[in-house]
Amino acid sequence: MEYKGIWTLGEARDGEIKEVSFELLSRGRKLADKLDEELVTLLLADEITDEQAQELIERGADKVLLMNDPALKDFIVENYSNVIQNLIEEYKPEIILAAATSMGRTVMPYIAIKTDAGLTADCTELDIEEDTGNLLQTRPAIGGNILATIKTPNHRPQMATVRPHSTKAAEKDESRSGEIVHLDFDKTLLDGRVKKLSFRENEGDAVNIQDADVVAAGGKGLKKEENFAMIKELAEYFDGAVGASRDAVDREWITYPHQVGLSGKTVTPKLYFAVGISGAIQHLAGMKTSENIIAINEDPDADIFKVSDFGIVGDLFEILPELNKQLAEEVK
Amino acid sequence: MNIVIAIKQVPETSNVKMDEETGTMKRDGVESIINPLDLYAIETAIELKEKYGGKITVITMGPPSADKALREAIAMGCDDGILLSGKEFAGSDTWATSYALSEAIRKIGDFDLVLAGERATDGDTGQVGPGIASWLDLTLSTYTSKIVDVNLVDDDKVDYTNTEQNSIIVERMVENGYEKLELPFPALLTVVKEISFPRLPTLRGKQRSRKVDIPQWNLENLDMNEDFLGLQGSPTRVVNIDHPKVTRGGTIIDIREDGNVEEAVSKLIDYLKKEELV
Repeated sequence: MEYKGIWTLGEARDGEIKEVSFELLSRGRKLADKLDEELVTLLLADEITDEQAQELIERGADKVLLMNDPALKDFIVENYSNVIQNLIEEYKPEIILAAATSMGRTVMPYIAIKTDAGLTADCTELDIEEDTGNLLQTRPAIGGNILATIKTPNHRPQMATVRPHSTKAAEKDESRSGEIVHLDFDKTLLDGRVKKLSFRENEGDAVNIQDADVVAAGGKGLKKEENFAMIKELAEYFDGAVGASRDAVDREWITYPHQVGLSGKTVTPKLYFAVGISGAIQHLAGMKTSENIIAINEDPDADIFKVSDFGIVGDLFEILPELNKQLAEEVK
Repeated sequence: MNIVIAIKQVPETSNVKMDEETGTMKRDGVESIINPLDLYAIETAIELKEKYGGKITVITMGPPSADKALREAIAMGCDDGILLSGKEFAGSDTWATSYALSEAIRKIGDFDLVLAGERATDGDTGQVGPGIASWLDLTLSTYTSKIVDVNLVDDDKVDYTNTEQNSIIVERMVENGYEKLELPFPALLTVVKEISFPRLPTLRGKQRSRKVDIPQWNLENLDMNEDFLGLQGSPTRVVNIDHPKVTRGGTIIDIREDGNVEEAVSKLIDYLKKEELV
């Protein structure tokens, strides 16, 4: 049997389909149209309804393979890998896309080994090579200094993880039709070794910098912990999250889950404020693909201005309070 | 408890040149260091050894000069080093790299835990750690941010048929919080910065690291499938390298001298409005 069709790996959490699942469909739709093949979302979950799955179709999928089972409620890589590997062998998809999330970046390399597949991490561009129909996968490497384009000429499936928020989800189109296929979970595929004992949720959405549309980040220039209050206020005007440079985290002004950069998280929000952050290459690697970047820094030569769409050179302790003041008036 | 750490030597600076022909990095003239995220794995291993005993073996795949990275890890407190080096490994992608490392770890054999940094700062894929776990069928926790506890039923070697076998309890950092997992041995953890604070090498460690013998392993002394190695064993191919323009050429207002803060900020607000961000 020939390898055919584009798969996206959906993600669900607490009975909701995550936004990244819809973003992947925008990527997948383009590829499926070019290859004239079917776009399928595979969703392993617990208690996702057909009505919810229908949204995947409205946003681009031709088919949804839905497997609900209490054993799949939590992402456990050994279990997910067993199930997905089995389905790959049965359906033989040509391309599999997953989000470059804590799930995607764990399960995809695990599966790629088992299925002898090529895998490219954290792609920001995907396309189809004209003559061969191969997937062209483009990703930043070396701290974002290069963009490497990679393909998998002789192995199938071709697998890639895609940077979250690097593309927009398509609008819902209720006229789209598709098929929802219910798959049964084969209990013999339960690995059973690893147990999830508990989950500790971040306190407040301000910590979830990878899910936020707006991130306001502070760095060394803030000078002390208390001054992060101004960054928090800035974030609040946008219902955004609070980010930080490595310097600020190492000084213990803010906790590690807020850290943006090579040794922290990679974010791609619509709007990123860098306040008192000079823009070390390691920081830039974690935020350079943000849609809009605003920088406030007193050093005109700071690298952060090079990647900025709008910057103000000056004393952040004058600028930030004024910005918060004017935003307060706007919001009112 | 015996631990293997898989580390990588990476270029110190980010100004790395690429070989346009092969699409791989030119490493000449650039100082090499231990991948910064691997330092957290090394520190975690040393802390576990201090508490539970055992031996730490550090392993890397790279050119003969990667020997230096192994000696640095030994200077911090690791016991042994193994260098996987040979032309047969050249051009390996993450699939082939994780195969070679997993075969070397299989040969080491006597281990409960494999540790690695969450990703390397040059390739930035984070795929080799999970790949090794997959080859060796180890239990896996990525983005591990905390060792919560270690359950050692007895000091004997792990009995894989015993359901009450030894395990490690960890926290892993995900997008919206922390998951607590229990992983039976043998397990592989990739770690993030929050897990530990790397120590500096000790004088005694440095002295030891200079003397210790570091064996070099390759196809000659490892039982490996040659077809899985190097470029020919790699499913992926780099077909193009671009050096993207970094500069966005945005509007920069300098108000250091006699600038008007209110005016500058109001221009910023106008920009945000124009972009429909407020």
